[in-house]
Amino acid sequence: MKAPETEIQQAINDPRLQLAIYTGTGRLIDHRAKVVGAEELPDYQELRNEAHAVKKHTIENLDYYLEQLESNVIAHGGQVIFCRTGEEAADFVLNLAKERGLHMLVKSKSMTSEEIDFNERLERHHLEAVETDLGEYILQLAHQRPYHIVAPALHLTRYDVARIFTQELGVENEVVIEKQTRIARGVLRRKFLEAGIGVSGANFLIADSGAIVVVENEGNARLSTSAPKIHIAIAGIEKVIPRAQDLAVFLNLLGRSATGQPLTAYTSFLSGPRREGEIDGPDEFYLLLLDNGRTKLLEDPEKRQSLYCIRCGACLNHCPVYRKIGGHNYPWVYSGPIGAIITPQFHGVTEDTWLPFASSLCGACAEVCPVKIEIPKLLLKLREEVTQVKRKEDSDVMERFAFQLFAWVAVRPKIYLLLASLGSLFFPLVPHIGPLKKWASQRTLPEPAKQSFHQWWAARKGSS
Amino acid sequence: MVGGAERLIVTAREQILGGVRKALSRTAGQPPLFETAPTLRIPRSDRNLYVDLFVQKLENLGGKSFRVRDTAAVVPAIAELLVQKSAVASNSPFLRKCGVTGLAQVHAGFTDREELKEACAAADFGITSVDYALAATGTFVMLSSHSEARLVSLLPPAHIAIFPRSLLLANLDELLSILPRPADQTSSMVLITGPSRTADIEQILVRGVHGPGEVYAVIVENE
Repeated sequence: MKAPETEIQQAINDPRLQLAIYTGTGRLIDHRAKVVGAEELPDYQELRNEAHAVKKHTIENLDYYLEQLESNVIAHGGQVIFCRTGEEAADFVLNLAKERGLHMLVKSKSMTSEEIDFNERLERHHLEAVETDLGEYILQLAHQRPYHIVAPALHLTRYDVARIFTQELGVENEVVIEKQTRIARGVLRRKFLEAGIGVSGANFLIADSGAIVVVENEGNARLSTSAPKIHIAIAGIEKVIPRAQDLAVFLNLLGRSATGQPLTAYTSFLSGPRREGEIDGPDEFYLLLLDNGRTKLLEDPEKRQSLYCIRCGACLNHCPVYRKIGGHNYPWVYSGPIGAIITPQFHGVTEDTWLPFASSLCGACAEVCPVKIEIPKLLLKLREEVTQVKRKEDSDVMERFAFQLFAWVAVRPKIYLLLASLGSLFFPLVPHIGPLKKWASQRTLPEPAKQSFHQWWAARKGSS
Repeated sequence: MVGGAERLIVTAREQILGGVRKALSRTAGQPPLFETAPTLRIPRSDRNLYVDLFVQKLENLGGKSFRVRDTAAVVPAIAELLVQKSAVASNSPFLRKCGVTGLAQVHAGFTDREELKEACAAADFGITSVDYALAATGTFVMLSSHSEARLVSLLPPAHIAIFPRSLLLANLDELLSILPRPADQTSSMVLITGPSRTADIEQILVRGVHGPGEVYAVIVENE
């Protein structure tokens, strides 16, 4: 697919949208800067190195840690279901809901579920999935996908939210953000108390504990994982880390990089269904481990570092391209620099060939990445792959023909001279020829010389 | 579950793990060549400073703290908050010791999940103790158990946590050094750092979305 140029132009020419993106990402940049400085966090660079090392180690031994995780989840009374595709994950949930006669589930924010169109798959079979994160809930009402990994409704203003709420919830027009939040709380509170299933994502999977870790601010993930009798967690296989103690590094980086918080309001460390004696919590716990193309990314020793990502969104906030074109112009739910490196790897480099090129390679993303993914380097590598594939494909035919023609002409002086003189005659037309028009519109072309070298040489000989 | 579905799941597992091994050139059950050692950073500061730090950090987040001398001073400290309000208290023995469960407006002693859920959904305050508290971040650490249910600190619009100062730790790293595997003890350990909050609309901070918008810490000094 080609770059959505019309939509990109629209985004750039929409001052309201530009302001929303600019201030939204700008606030996130400021929040982060305040808590990663030398005074606030002297070990910041060391923490990044450690996080990178732990991720590298885990990914390089991924099968080992997945099996360890699995056996520990089972030991704590949970079940692990490996899912090759989104369809398999959705089918498991649909079957379970059907078996228990349940028609509604509450869901906390999960990019992994967005990646597999989880809600749409369930709704096709009349299982209602209610998003409970405020931003995600607004987007679900507006039938939009997340604009940003961490701040899904970054592109919407309070006035947009007011319009969506009046249209979809039938409430009075309300533009005060506190009151809008309270409206959502009221509607969603009833859903939490009614729902038979709660679905969450997971920021980390802890192999030595058989646990999942969910990081959030609103309390909707705590409610989704604590109020319903069944808790289902969906996570990509790359989310595993060896030990609970590794969280000291990762939690210190995740909140700071994402929203500028040393710790987010809630960090839940969850393992299996409620234990004997515990008063509340789910009776059943299922962990869906999703591949959905991740094993493909493992093959290349360099590119596999794309799987270290902890989804903090810092690379989006700091990217001059994301900040202009916005999140919806990226072809997949993962936008910004990280989206530009993982989308081609998941979908194949031939799919969105423009994406690795949609970068100025300024390096801001790599500088803020808490796990030190070399994003610009991977972009270059992907560019190389795109070019190689392209050379084999379409452009080759025209290019090869052009060079063969040139070779033929170049060894036939008379034809060469004829064409050269014709060329200088038609040269002024170049800026008006279809495919060259765009190229020439940004350039001033040199005037062709009045005399060719051959003509000049012949004339010079004659005069001497 | 039907037999067909079960077979499918087994195949998916084998296929994914097999695919991972193939990509990494590993064999089944092969342990890692080396193990990484987690680094825990525990500041060696004066424990007496933890209370001040905790109070300051919680206040920065919009929470409030009361420092009281002993357990007898707890009820007077929170009495004003609870005037004409309803509250649910957890089964923590420390709350009983402080006399909180004896207050007329405080419902306590829940052992049934549904009854607890209903009471918490209707209450103005949820009152708990904590298992630990982290000074560096102003965090409550709560392990789910027969003493502490999950919903008491979550459903009511305000949360009061009452605990002795001896439970204060330096930071998350110290907690993880004491509890290297929290899952051995509980199905749920939650770190609560200030009130529930969101910035999903225009990145502007609003407190109290789904969890409590008000958070109070009552720290008992001589315990």
